[in-house]
Amino acid sequence: MDTFLMFVKAFLVGGGICLIGQIIINYTHLTNGKILVLFLIAGAILEGFGLYSKLIEFAGAGASVPISGFGCALVKGAVKAAKQDGVYGALTGGLAACATGISIAIVSGYIVAVIFRPRTKKK
Amino acid sequence: MEATREITKDNYKSYVFEKMPKSSHWKNMFWAFVIGGTICIIGQAFIQFYLLWFNDQDASVLASGTLVLIAALMTGFGVYDNIGRFAGAGSTIPITGFSNAVVSPALEFRAEGYIYGVGAKMFLVAGPVIVNGVTISVIVALLTLVFGG
Repeated sequence: MDTFLMFVKAFLVGGGICLIGQIIINYTHLTNGKILVLFLIAGAILEGFGLYSKLIEFAGAGASVPISGFGCALVKGAVKAAKQDGVYGALTGGLAACATGISIAIVSGYIVAVIFRPRTKKK
Repeated sequence: MEATREITKDNYKSYVFEKMPKSSHWKNMFWAFVIGGTICIIGQAFIQFYLLWFNDQDASVLASGTLVLIAALMTGFGVYDNIGRFAGAGSTIPITGFSNAVVSPALEFRAEGYIYGVGAKMFLVAGPVIVNGVTISVIVALLTLVFGG
């Protein structure tokens, strides 16, 4: 039952974050890249105040899967390492926390680009 | 009846804005919510799966990594862009959208070679994301050091 509730919360919160993004796109016509950066920064700033982690605790993947969760992970890692190792930690912690995701994206991107043929987008 | 207005450089943008189809807003928002939510449910399923062997933190990272990998393959097969056409922000904002933004230009520009084509164009969207993310994380971490947060 607990697990089921977690799935419901993940759907509602994750969907809600995407809904906010879609409303912003509808009214401002921002490009995808700008939307990604906007949500990343929003997640990072919220985590600066320790708020986004609470949302992840509540909604699990609903908060960690959107790109704002990526911003949160960067800040969380950097702050945690900074508390341990000072300035050195502040510089290394963020990227170290996100290294898995970035590396998977780069390596799989490279392999896909080598193996697959580009497809013409349907208009 | 609306009188024909003169189109100048200044009012052209608002003219285009007016003429864009508006009826699809509700539909856009519905699909963004449903697809975005569904991707998060799949992410949650992976978290539950990885929790069998790993702790909270690692399970979450691995789940996101798995989503990135799946989205990269779907982009290769040309499926992800088809979803994106009606899901809008629902497919952009989840981490899978980041993966798509890395793989899609890499694939598209491979004709320009593996160094300046794939290697450089891969960071067309990922670059701004990583640059902004890293910068803000270092600033926040330094601030917490100074103010002892």
